[in-house]
Amino acid sequence: MQRQEIDARGLLCPMPVIRLQQAAPACDKGDELDVLATDPGVRADIPAWCRVHGHEVVEIREEGYTIRVRVRIGG
Amino acid sequence: MTRQIRAVALISGGLDSMLAARLIQEQGVQVEGLNFYTGFCVEGHTHAIRRQERERPKRNNALWVAEQLGIPLHIVDVVEDYKDVVINPRHGYGQNMNPCLDCKGFMVARAREWMEANGFDFIITGEVIGQRPKSQLRRSMPIVARESGAGDRLLRPLCAQLLEPTLPEREGWVDRERLLDWSGRSRKPQMRLAERFGFRDYAQPAGGCCFLTDPSYSRKLKDLWAARGERRYELDDIMLLKVGRHLRPRNHFKLIIAREEGENRFLEGYRRCFTHLEPVSHAGPLCLLDGSADEDDLTLAARLVARFSRGRESPSVTVAVADAGGGGRRELSVSPMPADQVPRRWYIT
Repeated sequence: MQRQEIDARGLLCPMPVIRLQQAAPACDKGDELDVLATDPGVRADIPAWCRVHGHEVVEIREEGYTIRVRVRIGG
Repeated sequence: MTRQIRAVALISGGLDSMLAARLIQEQGVQVEGLNFYTGFCVEGHTHAIRRQERERPKRNNALWVAEQLGIPLHIVDVVEDYKDVVINPRHGYGQNMNPCLDCKGFMVARAREWMEANGFDFIITGEVIGQRPKSQLRRSMPIVARESGAGDRLLRPLCAQLLEPTLPEREGWVDRERLLDWSGRSRKPQMRLAERFGFRDYAQPAGGCCFLTDPSYSRKLKDLWAARGERRYELDDIMLLKVGRHLRPRNHFKLIIAREEGENRFLEGYRRCFTHLEPVSHAGPLCLLDGSADEDDLTLAARLVARFSRGRESPSVTVAVADAGGGGRRELSVSPMPADQVPRRWYIT
């Protein structure tokens, strides 16, 4: 399992989702992608994107002004 | 074994494209969605920026539609390529700065490229003849099909029976009899079909999903181009046109003044790019200065910022001024400009 960070801080939705979408195809099942964002819209948009693509949001955590969304890649 | 037919649907987040996609799914076709991010989308930014918008439940409508349909949605960043559509529309603008016909052609062309790259068979849109905008006029429809290169692989399920049969119909991939013959601006047929499909809580955007159809936004874009002496923009420019009061007291500079806390927070992120002003003796908005300003201009800007602060009735307000990035910080004590001394023409509204 590999874990990688996507820095989407300062970007407004849907750009963080687009960055995640661009990174996902290179991942294997079970890999994790951490999206770092500042737009609170990612709390709704990334889980919605994951649901329609078969991925899983493992956790959403606030780190100061940054929101970290951890996504586990599905099959 | 018959081959699975696959269609790519343009999903805006509104009801029509959702209904069109479901009609085709009902015929056993596998559908995936495409949603284009141009930078002018009403979705997203305004929801994130303004406090009044934050009080509504936040969702991306295109993703919500994809969930209802049970289809994957691919969101495509077209910000750079879309500039040419806005700056040089071959078919001109609509009532405002909306290049709707060129925009539709652009999006269908990008959908065609995606279809070819991914081995899909045809494209679906939620267009209805005679509905706004201009791209949905009957005479516009063949133009979009031709200029996008999609030709007869472009199917409009909501009005297909009023148009020439397309390839998916002729090949029997879809049954033309089960497509629709809608025209006109009434929304009742859409609402009835949504009811039949069990779609509730769908988006009903007032004024469309694109800022370019907004008169005030369009005036700000024209002002930006006029002040620069050329028609060009970057993503940050068009983001900032969505936020704050815009005043141009002199040709060589413009002020962007936050109207509430959410906008203030959004503008914070631009301190590094612009000269900025902020009242320090009283509560008040952050203001970005776009352009060049000498000391007299800065005093004028500070008086305007003071006018929108809590100290607007005070004889003096102290306003901090800093260069882009925060250097050169100093404070100016100014008298707030009375509202009746701010000429109407300074406001870009």
